[in-house]
Amino acid sequence: MDRIPILRMGKFLLVSIQVDMHDQLAMTLQDDLTSMIERTGARGVLIDISALEMVDSFIGRMIANISGMSRILDAHTVVVGMQPAVAITLVELGLSLPGVKMALNIEKGMAYLRAQRAAEEGDGLNASHHSDDGEAGYGTRQE
Amino acid sequence: MALVKSEELPVRLEQDVVVARQAVRRLAVELKFSLVDQTKMVTAASELARNTVVYGGGGTMRCEVLIDGGKSGLRMTFEDQGPGIPDMTLAMKDGWTSGSGLGMGLSGAKRLVNDFDIVSEVGKGTRVTITRWK
Repeated sequence: MDRIPILRMGKFLLVSIQVDMHDQLAMTLQDDLTSMIERTGARGVLIDISALEMVDSFIGRMIANISGMSRILDAHTVVVGMQPAVAITLVELGLSLPGVKMALNIEKGMAYLRAQRAAEEGDGLNASHHSDDGEAGYGTRQE
Repeated sequence: MALVKSEELPVRLEQDVVVARQAVRRLAVELKFSLVDQTKMVTAASELARNTVVYGGGGTMRCEVLIDGGKSGLRMTFEDQGPGIPDMTLAMKDGWTSGSGLGMGLSGAKRLVNDFDIVSEVGKGTRVTITRWK
């Protein structure tokens, strides 16, 4: 069956949507991502939509769902690279995706996820022992 | 108003929605629509094609290239023989859905085009026509 690949990089999951998705493919991605967050304990999800030439209400809802579900599973989601024409159309369609963190490009998206992670690690340090994976998230180290 | 070109596609399965989007993109590019207008037309088509599949039980999309005076336009007609829409005012409302969607399909598609027309009869089916002029 068709699937959009999810890459793991340390504590983050990376997805780049490169195809014109039919609805079932979008639903499968949503399910795959949430189960993978749960399985890997990922703390951040980056979704690159720079190749998407259209976001309609169905794909918009999938993006909002992933963002909401990941938050409940203690991970942050950032969506990067939306094309300007897609953004204009989405707002006119009536979807402004409140609560979904957007970033202009992958670098800014990764910076956001790392900052979220660092802030949460900081809290952890104050509360208990010294975390042994303070640098994780910056590399591809396997645990 | 002259009809320059007309094609019809089946819209029965989820995959047909993707094919419909691609057909609309191709025609919008041929008509030299701006990227924003292409995207609006493709997005509106996606919403309406999905409605045809999900609520109408499948149907057709007809794409027509029009010339009116010096203007060219793209008109799309989505037709199904499904259950029809009992309450049109409600169906056109933002956020209202009879299914599991967001309820932005019809109202959103209307905002993305220049002309929007919907005819529906309970038990007979629904026809939505949208046009965007260049």
